[in-house]
Amino acid sequence: MPRHTPALVAFMVKEVRHLLRDRQTLSILLLLPLAQVLLFGFALRNDVNDIRVVFVDPAPDYVTRALRGRFVGNGRFEVVGTVATTRAVEPLFRRAAADVAVAFEPGFAARLAEGNPARLHVISDASDPNTGSRMQAYATAVINGYEAEIGAGRDGARIVMQSRMQFNPELKSVNLFVPGLIALVLTLVSALMTAISLSREKERGTLEVLLVSPLRPWQIIIGKVLPYLILAFANVSTALLVAWLVFAVPFRGSLVLLLAASTLYTMVGLALGVLIASRTSSQRAAMLGALLGTMLPSTLLSGMIFPIGSMPGWLQPVTLIVPARWFIVVARGIMLKGVGLAELHEPLLVLTGMLVVFLVLAIRSFKPRLA
Amino acid sequence: MSAAIEVHDLTRRFGTFTAVDAISFDVAEGEVFGFLGANGAGKTTAIKMLIGLLAPTSGDARVAGFDVMTQSEDVRRHIGYMSQRFSLYDDLTVRENIALFGGVYGLTDAAVRDRERALLEDLQLGHAADARVESLPLGWKQKLAFSVALLHEPSVIFLDEPTGGVDPITRRQFWEMIYAAANRGTTVFVTTHYLDEAEYCNRVSIMVDGRIAALGTPQELKQQFHERSLDEVFVRLARPDAGQQAGTMSAGSSPEESVSAPGPTPR
Amino acid sequence: MSSSDRPLVVDGLGKRFGETIALDAISFDVDRGEIFGLVGPDGGGKTTLFRILATLLLPDAGTARVLGHDVVQDMWAVRSRVGYMPGRFSLYPDLSVEENLEFFAAVFGTTLKEGRSIIEPIYRQIEPFKARRAGALSGGMKQKLALSCALVHRPDILLLDEPTTGVDAVSRREFWDLLDALKATGLPIVVSTPYMDEADRCDRVALVQQGRLLAIDAPSAIGDRFPRPLFAVRGRRLYAMIGALRSFPHASAVFPFGEVLHYSDTRTGEPSASIADELTAWLQGRGFTDAGVTPIRPGIEDAFMALMGAPREAAA
Repeated sequence: MPRHTPALVAFMVKEVRHLLRDRQTLSILLLLPLAQVLLFGFALRNDVNDIRVVFVDPAPDYVTRALRGRFVGNGRFEVVGTVATTRAVEPLFRRAAADVAVAFEPGFAARLAEGNPARLHVISDASDPNTGSRMQAYATAVINGYEAEIGAGRDGARIVMQSRMQFNPELKSVNLFVPGLIALVLTLVSALMTAISLSREKERGTLEVLLVSPLRPWQIIIGKVLPYLILAFANVSTALLVAWLVFAVPFRGSLVLLLAASTLYTMVGLALGVLIASRTSSQRAAMLGALLGTMLPSTLLSGMIFPIGSMPGWLQPVTLIVPARWFIVVARGIMLKGVGLAELHEPLLVLTGMLVVFLVLAIRSFKPRLA
Repeated sequence: MSAAIEVHDLTRRFGTFTAVDAISFDVAEGEVFGFLGANGAGKTTAIKMLIGLLAPTSGDARVAGFDVMTQSEDVRRHIGYMSQRFSLYDDLTVRENIALFGGVYGLTDAAVRDRERALLEDLQLGHAADARVESLPLGWKQKLAFSVALLHEPSVIFLDEPTGGVDPITRRQFWEMIYAAANRGTTVFVTTHYLDEAEYCNRVSIMVDGRIAALGTPQELKQQFHERSLDEVFVRLARPDAGQQAGTMSAGSSPEESVSAPGPTPR
Repeated sequence: MSSSDRPLVVDGLGKRFGETIALDAISFDVDRGEIFGLVGPDGGGKTTLFRILATLLLPDAGTARVLGHDVVQDMWAVRSRVGYMPGRFSLYPDLSVEENLEFFAAVFGTTLKEGRSIIEPIYRQIEPFKARRAGALSGGMKQKLALSCALVHRPDILLLDEPTTGVDAVSRREFWDLLDALKATGLPIVVSTPYMDEADRCDRVALVQQGRLLAIDAPSAIGDRFPRPLFAVRGRRLYAMIGALRSFPHASAVFPFGEVLHYSDTRTGEPSASIADELTAWLQGRGFTDAGVTPIRPGIEDAFMALMGAPREAAA
């Protein structure tokens, strides 16, 4: 039978050609997953480092000092100081100034010497239950190691540890996820939807008619963006309602503040969406750009799943430009720690700054002409 | 000898709306048949049924000997199709397009090679064989699309407004290609908005509101409706009150006058 | 009217895209109350020209002044006063007729009610469908809606880029009737079309091909630019006659024109009547007994094809 190219093969060859010739889409599809793989390999670790430990040691003695010394010497921990009472620990956690606290009861060494158990508390900031339990485990390991060293642990003279997971005593994972999910949903609605909406206008040709009118670029952008803001608002409210009613996620802070922060974060996403749409030439590229350029960093680099503290040194500053990273700090703080404007002014200011920068860039990229 | 296209009471309804209302006609082999109608008259729906893309609600049609309802795949394999909106892939080269359609229609590699060579020679496109179709001027694109639609030597070819926006010279060259194909025995079913092109057809049908309002040779229709040109016939049928308005084109000229307004008739 | 008062003045406009020259030193004027046509096939530069006039693209050379404003320097002044209809259907298919109109009126700071009187003749035709989604309209209706949207804010000049492409012959006539009515109000209209017959409905016409203007004149005058004697040849077997005519020793070009053929002769000095007789005899001698040859006045399409530099169709 004479040779002929099967229809299916001919068709597949065509598809391959289309793909190879759409440079923009191709580069997004190849480069971004590559970046993702590299990130995963190098940067994203589940173990925790640089745990900031604070001591509550009202009556320091040679044992407590020695124990404290073990933390100093341990590479995972970073000693940030001592406080007088346990009551002083929570504000530190709320300000995110410390991660773990070790509280010694007075007369620690004496008790051990008498052959009696000596108590200490290990308290972890468990607003992120994953890191919370790990930090707890590491601290416990250090203390156990010391105990073995000094030969304590026999009946009588041993160190009794009580652990407490602050903010999240049951270590409910949902408490970890909900703030992150809110961030993800908001990113989706804002960046993705505006990118699609704007590029569709371009592709359809209606943008051409809009441009030849008194409408200024900023009016077109704001007009496109505001309806999605309202939609995002509705989404946050729904997510919170479900989290609260169905999953009993705690809500210790100000609802108004959280809604305001969500609005701010959404606007950042919207501005990003416009920026992406202005820089891409097809709806497909805009969608991919939005998905891979905002959703991916939001999940991987925001601290939602992988702790920032355990990323390598060169990557941590990179996370500073991921808006989701700042929003999660805010969301967790309000929901789980009950903190307010005073403690959250830094991330909120950063988000506001990002909004201004992205908006300006978006409006400048949006050319009032076709070319 | 059966006709190349046989249509009998072909009907298509969309809910309560009847887009095509029991149309019937035949097209003989090697005929150039003009299928005209105003926008929204049901033309596009009718064509989609004939090329096997849309199932009729009732009635039947046979194209190239196959029933469009029960043998739509066979229909599609034995016809050629070219529309104004799409014909070739812009981001593929001329050669790649030929290879694609050759492969899709099951031609042997040797046949594709031979026909590619002949095609490039006839169209004088040898120099652009490896250029992307999007870089070709519109006229070349359309001629190329037509040739590619004929690559697998179908017995019937459907052309949907093939000369839209094309320059007047290429338009005529295109019609010469149509005549050449018809002379070789290919049946050509063509729709167009250029009424002067309708004059080039062997027979013409005009659809109005889902029905065929006129069917015959251009000459017959002009006599039947007492109009000088198919353009006038068309206006008369598609919008019965339009002829009475003042704004009809070139009211004064007649082909008989030697010194007259441009061309024989307005288009 | 002095040059500076004209609604549109284009001088030496040029535009290139990479290696391709889209427009090459285009110059023309448009007066008030004039329908000015840009006629030529797709790819000739018409859309690029319109986009420059609508301030959507920057020219590489030359200037254009719309209603006295430079398209480069005074972009916003131009944009608020032109009515623009781009080549593709560019309205919102998921909004209704009325919603589209209200939107475009609002964008220009007015309302449908205020603009009603100027779009009345068009609106009357589409009003029965005013609640229908624009995407569900037929081609002719869509173009009428697009025209209404371009007019609703009472522009001082209309720029219509191929408004009748893909529209059936009857709707096209109606559309041009509407343009005539608008022209009577003094509105200058610049319209492009690939249909040569529509060129006849313009006051003046510019033939555009490959970025150049081949001629600018009133339609009838352009026909006069045809350089050779032209004849209409009729008969029953037109297709076969084409070949025979092309083999005639003095044939310049032979083209089908609907139900006749247009034949042009290379001999510019000969009287038409004698050429006609000669040709008739030649054809009848070749078996075309019913052949008839009449001298005719060239039209725009004839002129355009000649100006395009058509290769000589005569057989060697």
